[in-house]
Amino acid sequence: MTKYPFTEKKDTRSGFGAGMTELGRTNPNVVTLCADLVGSLKIDTFIKENPERFIQCGIAEANMIGVAAGLTIGGKIPFATTFANFGSSRVYDQIRQSVAYSDKNVKIAVSHAGLTLGEDGATHQILEDLAMMRAMPNMTVINPCDFNQTKAATIAAANHEGPVYLRFGRPVVPVFTSPDQKFEIGKAWMVSEGKDVSIIATGHLVWEAIQACEILEAQGISAEILNIHTIKPLDEKAILKSVRKTKCVVSCEEHQANGGLGDAIAQTLAKNFLAPQEYIAVNDSFGESGTPTQLMEKYGLNAATIVEKALKVIARKA
Amino acid sequence: MQTKELQDIASQVRRDIVRMVHACQSGHPGGSLGCTDLLVGLYFQQMKINNRKGKGGNLTFNMDGTNEDLFFLSNGHISPVFYSVLAHRGYFDKAELGTFRKINSRLQGHPTTHEHLPGIRIASGSLGQGLSVAIGAALAKRLNGEKTTIYCLMGDGEQQEGQVWEAAQAAPHHKLDNLIGIIDLNGQQIDGPTEKVMSNRDLKAKYKAFGWNVLDIKDGNDMEQVITGLRKAKRLLGKGQPVMILLKTEMGAGVDFMMGSHKWHGVAPNDEQLAAALAQLPETLGDY
Repeated sequence: MTKYPFTEKKDTRSGFGAGMTELGRTNPNVVTLCADLVGSLKIDTFIKENPERFIQCGIAEANMIGVAAGLTIGGKIPFATTFANFGSSRVYDQIRQSVAYSDKNVKIAVSHAGLTLGEDGATHQILEDLAMMRAMPNMTVINPCDFNQTKAATIAAANHEGPVYLRFGRPVVPVFTSPDQKFEIGKAWMVSEGKDVSIIATGHLVWEAIQACEILEAQGISAEILNIHTIKPLDEKAILKSVRKTKCVVSCEEHQANGGLGDAIAQTLAKNFLAPQEYIAVNDSFGESGTPTQLMEKYGLNAATIVEKALKVIARKA
Repeated sequence: MQTKELQDIASQVRRDIVRMVHACQSGHPGGSLGCTDLLVGLYFQQMKINNRKGKGGNLTFNMDGTNEDLFFLSNGHISPVFYSVLAHRGYFDKAELGTFRKINSRLQGHPTTHEHLPGIRIASGSLGQGLSVAIGAALAKRLNGEKTTIYCLMGDGEQQEGQVWEAAQAAPHHKLDNLIGIIDLNGQQIDGPTEKVMSNRDLKAKYKAFGWNVLDIKDGNDMEQVITGLRKAKRLLGKGQPVMILLKTEMGAGVDFMMGSHKWHGVAPNDEQLAAALAQLPETLGDY
């Protein structure tokens, strides 16, 4: 398998902050909005360098989404930022009517997605946002895997015409993708080629998939890892190519099993090529307080569970 | 434009409204008739809009509205008046009004940009969102250094939505003195009189407390008062505060049997009622 050594761990939200810093310097149309979470979103440098292009919205997310939609009328490229819960479920109708249905070039950039925001607990741990955003017509949904990919995705989102939901997280995770990668929306990244099982992962579970792949390799199993950073539009071609070869798949996401990446893959397989699938996802439950590592273990979102599910799905192959 | 000319346009727009709603047997005539004088006053007198015509003779429309005044309709259910005024102003052919609420039409039940109807800049219908969008547009205009005015019309029942008050606090905070909000005070909503359904209490005191400069138009169905009020509101801009107009209107204005209650909020007239309504509204510019 392809080896991915890493030298440091960083949070993906800082990758977003780095992307915004660069956009602040290179694209005069980019404006940033935030609902009282500037420090959490790592946009201090953007604000310091472009104070006139930052709009503090206070704790009023519904208004923020509408203001972002209005800013596009006048050629701005607004990034509306907050926690993933407050940028999705809390404002779904605002996004639906004022952004997606209105074809507005708004980027909804959200941090603290999933269980791994940790101690704050289930009120903040949104695990349904990918499902909601996938279901919305006209929405592009991106969930990058590390610092470098998040930075690249942020810049790509600004260059893409149309609504984008860009999701990232709070904990530090290994930085293993290239700092000068080319990020193409809707194009899967082949992390490592294999032949026995496809492990298709999004977000920081890509790193867990790499760890799992190493364990499987030691047992003589060749796993293929595909990174789906764009949940919608889904790179069906890359998924089918991989599964046609391996004949089985484990999907991995920090999200509910209902409606997320796993279901998007299952839909693709059901229409094109039937193959057994196992899910690494949260099984229809809310989260709870704890450290990220504890939560990933308890809810089965780590390398050990990926190995277990990989062995199970291989055994299910006819 | 003379008041008489504006009144003639308003009469034709009212005819269009009842005919459109009758033709598809659905839609919202009451609020549309009540806001007719305002929309005619805005589009034919007050607002600075691009008068350049394109191929086919209709106005050229650009979404950004550079150097133009912009209007946002937040209470999107009064789409009939909006569509008729946009058609008469020249954004699209009047004949298209006949497609209102019908399959494959650009004139959806509630306004949308999704079908690319010229003149529309945001989808509305789910209430409470328009003022936020208008704030965003006002911020963009300020960032672009434009000296133009942003207008946003809301309903009085719509004031019950929480998002309205998020926006109400944001506009004065950002000192948006290029923004004029308008509330259609017709006192009616689907389930009955607004005071009974969910009282707005003192809207003037509320908006003043939020930091708005508030003024009244006592009869929003009197064209002279509408024009005078809009001019006065504009003079109040540029002083560090947004302006809110409380526009008192009569739901169903212009058609006697549609006035005075909430009953015609969202009901279409039958053939007989259509004839009775049209008899009260002179055909001034020709029916579509």
